[in-house]
Amino acid sequence: MHMADALLSPIVAGAMYVASGTAAGTSVVKLKKDDEPSKLPTMAVASALVFAGQMINYTIPGTGSSGHLCGGMLLSALLGPYAGFLSMVVILTIQCLFFADGGLMALGANCWNMAFYGCFVGYFLIWRPILHSRWFSNMDSKAATRLKITIASVIGCILTLQLGAFSVVLETSLSGITELPFGAFMALMQPIHLAIGLVEGLITSAVLLYVFEARPELLQEVDAEEKGFQNKRSLKATLAVLAAVVVFVGGGLSLFASSNPDGLEWALFGNAESGYSENMALDEDDYGVSSDVADTAADIQEHTAFLPDYAFPDNDSSVGTTVSGIVGSLIVAVIAAGIAVLGGFFRKKQANA
Amino acid sequence: MSQIDRAASELREMDDLAMKVSPIHSLHPLVKLLVTAAYIVCTASFPKYDLSGLFPMILYPALIFPMSGIPVSVCLRKFRAVIPLLAVVGCFDLFLDRRTVFSLGNIPVTAGMVSFTVFFLKGILCLTASFLLVATTTLDRLCAALRMLGLPSALVTLFLLTFRYVSVMIDELYAMNTAYLLRAPGQKGIHYSVWGSFLGQLLLRSMDRAAELYESMQLRGFDGDMRYAGCSQFSLHDIILTAVSVGAIVFLRLVNFSRLLGGLFV
Repeated sequence: MHMADALLSPIVAGAMYVASGTAAGTSVVKLKKDDEPSKLPTMAVASALVFAGQMINYTIPGTGSSGHLCGGMLLSALLGPYAGFLSMVVILTIQCLFFADGGLMALGANCWNMAFYGCFVGYFLIWRPILHSRWFSNMDSKAATRLKITIASVIGCILTLQLGAFSVVLETSLSGITELPFGAFMALMQPIHLAIGLVEGLITSAVLLYVFEARPELLQEVDAEEKGFQNKRSLKATLAVLAAVVVFVGGGLSLFASSNPDGLEWALFGNAESGYSENMALDEDDYGVSSDVADTAADIQEHTAFLPDYAFPDNDSSVGTTVSGIVGSLIVAVIAAGIAVLGGFFRKKQANA
Repeated sequence: MSQIDRAASELREMDDLAMKVSPIHSLHPLVKLLVTAAYIVCTASFPKYDLSGLFPMILYPALIFPMSGIPVSVCLRKFRAVIPLLAVVGCFDLFLDRRTVFSLGNIPVTAGMVSFTVFFLKGILCLTASFLLVATTTLDRLCAALRMLGLPSALVTLFLLTFRYVSVMIDELYAMNTAYLLRAPGQKGIHYSVWGSFLGQLLLRSMDRAAELYESMQLRGFDGDMRYAGCSQFSLHDIILTAVSVGAIVFLRLVNFSRLLGGLFV
């Protein structure tokens, strides 16, 4: 789900940096407030382990394929949402810088799509409510907790991956870089991530169950009952929260999907003939999206983009400019090759001297 | 286990590259960080059909590769992570945007072909720029630059510590994984019966060790902030260098350099 720089426009990428930066800033403040610098080495070790652990293949029974671990849920269950988020940010940065997984400009978006949902949404809306719920209260408490950990991990991974995948589609479409239609891209991303989420959830729950068996005190929110902290939230209330999330996400999705029955219409996001900024202004009648907001966004983009009204020069694509562009590009290529050859020559000379 | 093994060697390789000596390596890390950021933002912001405008951006890697002595082949290997993504997402342009914009001889060039090339080139150039930053700057110096930019100490320290542990963990898991697979011939990965214990054991052991490590760090005077050696102040010389480099990049972004050059000859 790592996005490359080319998928995003600088405006969208910048907005995502601000969003993820705010979440990271809040996490750092929260960590300091709780006086937890002692957590740093533990966080570093846990995130290093998750980083390496994601490269291990887990065989999926009955199929020939294998799955991987879901980092966000595991880290927030072990370290809490704030420390978990920072650890995920670090993992994503290392992946970006050293393994070219996701671009540097797209890092803000990647942190949001993979770390924010996994850690904050996964923790506050799924892990904590489920672990504190009175589910399976007729069973013995240990067995009930085991079931709750499994359910929380699976639902958490599925939901947070769906949110992440949806964000990838949304960010790509808002950037208007590719012709890939919104509906088709979504139809491609969501089902794949449903399957991935299920498998990742099961693997994550297996690791968390092991930790629960061996050292339950390491898991967040698990020893709540022993500490006498009984959450009043009933099964009904928990389900209501989950239902609200589903309605919100589902509603958001259908808002886009239903108004574009063929999905292809969304290609107009990247339609060349209406200028780059105009692409952002959706037609209210056709799409059910408030065009006021879109207009404002388009306005901001128009004022901040370097060359806002640039489109493929249908009107000014005289043969002359195209030819000069091609000739110029060839000259640039020759210059680049020249610099590379000369640079290498001088370096060798320097090394020999 | 190729993936984890490959990751270990890639990390070592990047570390080795960053330790080299060259004019680029010796630049102040903040200069490199700012110039790289400016380059990526300018490159990514080119309109989707502006191929001739985007093309001169290759001058940056063409200049930095030979000056830094970083082999291009290492960078090419990094592309494998991003090329499938760029190809899959970009290829839709080829099919959906088929207006002919000009002809090269008898071959009609469609708008989709132009936008696909621009998209692909942008992806490659942005990746190359961030690769060059990391390949010419050691992590300590990069972290020092991030601190100078005002990033919180907790985040930077966490980044540095995690990076150091990553190689340890990769080695450890590589050994465990090899040992497991040697005892489980014909199996593609970890069997579901040991899904939990395989990583869980290492996790518990490591977290205990991390607690001991923190105590020993405290005994040596660790106060939550790292000290970064070998990173001088951001001098006037560095400011001028950054301004000139960023200025050149912005110039390439605002002026269609290809057309400007071509116009002189055509």
